[in-house]
Amino acid sequence: MYTQAMDTQREEGGTAPALRSAEEAALQQRFDQRIDAGEFIEAKDWMPDNYRKTLLRQISQHAHSEIVGMLPEGNWITRAPTLKRKAILLAKVQDEGGHGLYLYAAAETLGTSRDQMLDALHSGKAKYSSIFNYPTLSWADVGTIGWLVDGAAIMNQVPICRCSYAPYARAMVRICREESFHQRQGYDSLLAMMRDGTEAQKAMVQDAVNRWWWPCLMMFGPPDDQSPNSAQGMRWGIKRVSNDTLRQKFVDATVQQAQVLGVTLPDPDLRWNEATQHWDYGSIDWAEFWRVVGGEGPCNHERLAMRVAAWEEGAWVREAALAHARKSELKEAA
Amino acid sequence: MSTENEWPLWEVFVRTKAGLDHKHCGSLHAADAKMAVQMARDVYTRRQEGCSVWVVRSDQIVASDPSDKDMYFDPAEDKVYRHPTFYKLPDSVDQM
Repeated sequence: MYTQAMDTQREEGGTAPALRSAEEAALQQRFDQRIDAGEFIEAKDWMPDNYRKTLLRQISQHAHSEIVGMLPEGNWITRAPTLKRKAILLAKVQDEGGHGLYLYAAAETLGTSRDQMLDALHSGKAKYSSIFNYPTLSWADVGTIGWLVDGAAIMNQVPICRCSYAPYARAMVRICREESFHQRQGYDSLLAMMRDGTEAQKAMVQDAVNRWWWPCLMMFGPPDDQSPNSAQGMRWGIKRVSNDTLRQKFVDATVQQAQVLGVTLPDPDLRWNEATQHWDYGSIDWAEFWRVVGGEGPCNHERLAMRVAAWEEGAWVREAALAHARKSELKEAA
Repeated sequence: MSTENEWPLWEVFVRTKAGLDHKHCGSLHAADAKMAVQMARDVYTRRQEGCSVWVVRSDQIVASDPSDKDMYFDPAEDKVYRHPTFYKLPDSVDQM
């Protein structure tokens, strides 16, 4: 899973503050040289405040997306059609939890604790990928999320494996290794219905694809000319490939997969462009995107309420475990 | 917000297979050592990535200072004679 949040963040009160000292200017210069040389930055290395803030925002929001992303699919674990599909879905949802944990750990190296990040999520200050604010209405939604949502996530995430911030890059390498299973199991599940299913099941798959296609294209973030933070992200080696380039790559890869599956993508303007050697696609409803990012998607309130409830209802478990650990430590010391 | 009631942070090291070193692979929060080992298995070895895990409290790790990196590690730079390739031997015995 992935968050497009870095790009959805509106400009935060101006640009970098004026440098304070000659020493800091030297550090900044050394940092820029390291970035230009393609070196990795480690947690304890000097970094500009804005670099730290931008990364913390992006990694924590990416982590939140993984955790919130467990909800739409978790919704179907008890209703999976077979034991095989249930075991697969359980493993996938567990992976998403794991991905969230890798990412929280990477973000924590920047000096903010996991509980502080969760507090930002629960209070609505931090965002997560808006794709998870859409509902999973049928079993076909689960396969479609694997195929399209995770497919879009892979496109987005692979370049981050080369992010200049090493703890984030390492977490992404681990995540990308596991993500391919997510996409393939989703496609496999849809294929089973399209090849051997009833007419009703085939229609269910088409309906799911119709609902998820456009939100998936939005996952790549606003068009390049409306993405104010992209240039800085590129400069810092946090972002490697532009939103529109990734989106085009996703469309090009998906068209043939849709043909093999036997579904149509819900875009009358989708056609092969001989001149560009790419698939042209219709215009995206960015008003909808901003509405969902802004909190008015179909499931924003439900998703956040479930995370807050899980956190609050689990408080006694966290406290009891800590009390037990402290008591055992005292006993050992005595 | 207060962080005193957060579970402590642990660093996780995994041995991928018998005969290899334990290698650092990430970190996690756990209330105590036993829970840290169990969680390390679930978080970092879901696909048979390991046959053994170590966990150690992150605040127990002592590290070199990155700002001293040059001063600390560069003295080895000019000691080329520590490498076997420094010595030019006759061809007939160069496999030594």
